This record gives sequence, C-alpha cells and structure tokens, in this order.
Amino acid sequence: MSDLITADLVDLDLPAGDRREAVRSLAERLVKAGRVTDLDQFLADIEAREAQMPTGLDGGIGIPHCRSAAVTEPTLGFGRSAGGVDFGAEDGNPADLVFLIAAPEGGGSDHMTVLAALARRLVRKSFTGELRSVTDPAAAAGFIAKEVSA
Amino acid sequence: MKIVAVTACPTGIAHTYMAAEALEAAAEEAGHEIVVETQGSAGSTPLTAEQLAEADVAIFAADVEVRDKDRFAHLPQVSVGVKKAISGGDLLVAQAEEAAKNHVPAPAGAPAATPAGAKAPTGPGAASKVRAWLMTGVSHVIPFVAAGGLLIALGFALGGYQINLPDDDPLYKTILDGGFSAGSITAWGALAFGIGSAAFNFLVPVLAGYIAYAMADRPALVPGFVGGAIAVTTGAGFLGGLVAGFVAGGLVMWIKTWRVPRALAGIMPVLVIPLLSTAVVGLLMYVIVGRPIALITEGLTNWLNGLSGTNAVLLGILLGLMMCFDMGGPVNKAAYTFAVAGLSTGSEGALTIMAAVMAAGMVPPLAMALATVVRKSLFTDVERENGRAAWLLGASFISEGAIPFAAADPFRVIPSIMAGGAVTGALSMTLGATLRAPHGGIFVVPLMGNPLGFLVAVVIGTLVATALVIALKTFARRRPVQATTGATETVTERETVSA
Repeated sequence: MSDLITADLVDLDLPAGDRREAVRSLAERLVKAGRVTDLDQFLADIEAREAQMPTGLDGGIGIPHCRSAAVTEPTLGFGRSAGGVDFGAEDGNPADLVFLIAAPEGGGSDHMTVLAALARRLVRKSFTGELRSVTDPAAAAGFIAKEVSA
Repeated sequence: MKIVAVTACPTGIAHTYMAAEALEAAAEEAGHEIVVETQGSAGSTPLTAEQLAEADVAIFAADVEVRDKDRFAHLPQVSVGVKKAISGGDLLVAQAEEAAKNHVPAPAGAPAATPAGAKAPTGPGAASKVRAWLMTGVSHVIPFVAAGGLLIALGFALGGYQINLPDDDPLYKTILDGGFSAGSITAWGALAFGIGSAAFNFLVPVLAGYIAYAMADRPALVPGFVGGAIAVTTGAGFLGGLVAGFVAGGLVMWIKTWRVPRALAGIMPVLVIPLLSTAVVGLLMYVIVGRPIALITEGLTNWLNGLSGTNAVLLGILLGLMMCFDMGGPVNKAAYTFAVAGLSTGSEGALTIMAAVMAAGMVPPLAMALATVVRKSLFTDVERENGRAAWLLGASFISEGAIPFAAADPFRVIPSIMAGGAVTGALSMTLGATLRAPHGGIFVVPLMGNPLGFLVAVVIGTLVATALVIALKTFARRRPVQATTGATETVTERETVSA
C-alpha cells in the first residue's frame, strides 16, 4: 500500500480565491502522481459531493472529498492558502487548510481505515496547528503520514 | 453517564469520523463514557447488546438514515446533522445530559420516547429526509430496471415484436410452457423476455418496499412490498407505488409509537405490525387508490376514442404528454392502449398514432441517459449507472428505464420529459411517420413509414427534454433545510454552477 500522502501532493502556497481552482490545482498533483486517472470525472464527483453539502468546517478547514471510479488508491492532497479559500463553512470563514481526500470506488478496508484516521485527526487543534506552521512539503507529508498511522 | 452514538455522513469517508472524534473528545471532557458506531466506509464495529443495554442516552450525528435504529428505541435520543456534531460536540453532550435526565424509562418496555422522537425534530430537515427515503427506494430499484429492461429488449430483438402478443396469451409464455428448444432463436427471445418480465414485476414493489424500509426499518418491508404489488395489479403504476411506500412507512412509524403490554411487545415487529400495516395499506391501495385509478384509465381511454377528426398535431402533443407522465401508470397505459387498439383498424391515421406514441415513449429514458452524460454532477452515482442502461432501454421503447429518475426527482424530471414527449409526438405526426408494430423501438424501424421522420422526432424531443431537465436541476435546485437554525439556506453564490 503506497503512502497516503507524499511531498509532491502538498502545496503550501495555494493562491487565495475560488474553491474550484484550489481543488483543481491539488487534483492535478494527484493526476501527476498517478492517483487519479480521469481529472474531469474526479472533479465532477467532487462537485457532486460539494453540492450535497459544502465541505467547509468551522476553524478555517476545507475538506473536499469524494469516492470516485477515477481514483486508484486512497490519497490525500494538502494545500495551505494564506489568503483563504471559501468552502462555505458555517462560521463564514475561508479555509486556510485544504485537504483533498480521494477515495476509490470500492475501497479496500485497510485503506479506508487510514482515511478514517485522518478524518479524526482533523478535529484536533494540535494536528491543524502543526500544519499551519510547517514550512516544508516533505515535513508536512511526513507529519500527516505519521499521525494517521499512529 | 454512558452514551452510545452513531455517526453517518453521505460519503462515509470524512465527516462520519470527525464527528465521532469530536463526540469522544467532548464526552471525555464532560466526564462521561461514550461508544460511537461510525456508519462509514471503513466498516463499522456495531455497538454490542451490552453497550446498548447499559447506555443512558443515544446521540445520532447523521445526514443519512441511521441503520437499525430499533436498537435505540429504549433510549432517549438526540439527533443532529453531522456538521453540528463536529463543531459543537460539547453542546451535543450537554443536550444528551438533559435528555437522559428527563427520560422516564417505561416499565412495560414500551418505547416511552415521545412520538416526536421518531421524527427527530432537530435532525436534518424534513425535505431532505423525504428525499433520503426516496433515494433508498430508487437505489434498490435500479438493478431491477437495468437487468429486467435489458433482458426484455433482448427478448424483442430475438423474438420480434410479437413476442409478448397477444395480450391475453403472450407468445413467450406459450413457448416457455411448451418446452424450451435451444435451437430456435425465437425460443431464446421468449426465455429472455420471460426472465426480464419476472424482474420487471418486482419494480414497483421494490420501490415501495424500500421507501418504507428506509422510513421504518424491517417491519415496514411487508406493507411496502405488498402495497407496491397491489399498485401494479390495480394499474396505478410507479406513482401508485410511491404512495404505497410512503403510506406504509408512515403507518409503521406511527404503530411503533404505540404502548403495548409486555406480552405483546415480542411479537410486534414480526407479526402484529406487518399484519396490521399490510391490511391497512392493502385496503387503501385496492379501495381508495385502485378504484379511482381504474376509472381514470377507463375515462381517458374513452375520451381518446371519442376524439374524432382532431388536429393531428394536437393529438400528437396530447399523446406525447400522456406517454411521459407516468411510465407504466394509468395515463401512459391509456395512451398506449389507445394506440395499439387502433392498429387493428389498419387505417393510416391509426398507424401515425402508433408511431407518435412509440416515439414519445422512447424519449424519457433517452433524455435521462443523455442528461447523465452531459451533466454528470447533477446525478448520484447510482443514477449515472442507470443512465448507462437507459440508452438501450430507451432505444427499445422500454420507458420504465426512466422510472428511477422520475421517482427520485419527480417535480423536475416529469415535466421535462413530458415536454420532450409532446414535441416528439407533434413532430412525428407532422412528419407523417407510421408504424404497424406495437413494440420494439429501434428494432422495428424497418417496419416504419418515414423512419427518418420518426428518428428526427425522437432526437429532437430527447434534446428538448434533456435541456429542460438539466436547466431545472441546475437553477431550481432544492436547498437543504437547516432545521436546527430554523432558517432555510438561502441561495448564495453556491448556485453559480458553470453552465
């Protein structure tokens, strides 16, 4: 099972603005890493999930996610944006931490447990705090990988 | 205090677990014990009977129906949407404390929670609940439509359009009764048709049954399925099935709130509830729904027969509208029967009517198939799957292929396909396409007069219907009602879907 997240799937410099652009930019990294086979299908699936209910969370976090036939294995893309991207959070704040969660359609269970572990970490201030101050993509990826396998 | 909780979000990969984490943290801080069952995709460790028995209160943080809710019937319950749990875990725990304090356990073992408990007033809004129930029914029906429809199409392809004629003694039945001979292609057609028909007979019962199941769990399966079956025999079609499903579900939800003596409590879910609810739903379907439906069909057929010398185009529009209103239901049936009956007269007029009716009937599945391709994001995964099968179903004049879409979103889909059907009917009549076969779709093109006109009519009507349904789904979108804040989410910039 390959890593949930690698350094090339991290962008600590997401430009502020539109959530679709932010998602597209992270998704393109996933395509380059071979985790997503069909960008358009993937983006459509993300959009469908977003339409059901916006994925912005209070506290400046956005978690666009979907299950998609275009995803080869559970993968996480992480973006940080100084200016913030609006994901429709209830408190109205834009997200400075964006986690793009990609799950394959069938989803083998070990993989899904890793994603579940990630989701749980997102609620913890220590986890998000660390990610707000990290300076290097490799360090970010390493930190996340360690946290979810703990 | 001991808390049991269930978290469940639509996709099952993120919010479900975040809510669980938030609840666990909040409970710990407040000094309570908590066990959470996460109904997500990393599998869920179900709560044990022991944990359920020892618990004082149940918390549901869910945007989809919580599975097996009966287990919590003995507990006071607090329900919220998943997001509220993530951002307000401690508030939720405080609410749970209140609920546990105010709860008086009933000695007779009857559900003491107020009837409102079954309706979860603080949960996701009523409109989205109804939609969730509907989608449960629809997602179970789709494999039946796909498998049954494709087999029936195969039956027509191999056995010709006569395979299910005459009505009272269909050819396929005769062939299958007489013994299947592997050498004859028609026999294979009969086999395919027979199997497909068997699958199709489950369509409406499954739809009704699983809507009821989503509302009130296992005890509601029986009245739902049976109500749906009666909808078929009384000719009420899938619309009748929807009524049956919701009535069955609602009835069982209500019966579950009754206080019963301990002696009866054990046999309630397995005997009393199914018996009572099925009897009531059956009565309703036969007497209250059935009679009017039969009268409607009769009335419509007589009226159509009485129309003499009507403007052909207007007739085309009318028949088109009727064919696309309730695939398999009384209105659609009246139009179709009218057309088929005319074939026996052999008059030119009757042949144009048959062509128009068949053309219009092909539009609903084709339009929905096209829509799922052009705007995938407006449809759920299951609907997209159904869309793939719908191409062939539409081409074979199996209108039922559109039922899952119509059932899931009737107010947007049905008007759109009716409009498309009307256009097709009018065009077909104007272009003068004729047809002497009562079924077969694409496969009977060789039997048509002016087949090009027929196809043009189908294509244009399909395009109209597709455009309309996409427009309605994009711009007239339902908004999830935030029951907790009491305010409807207003249309904000989220509505700007790129065209």
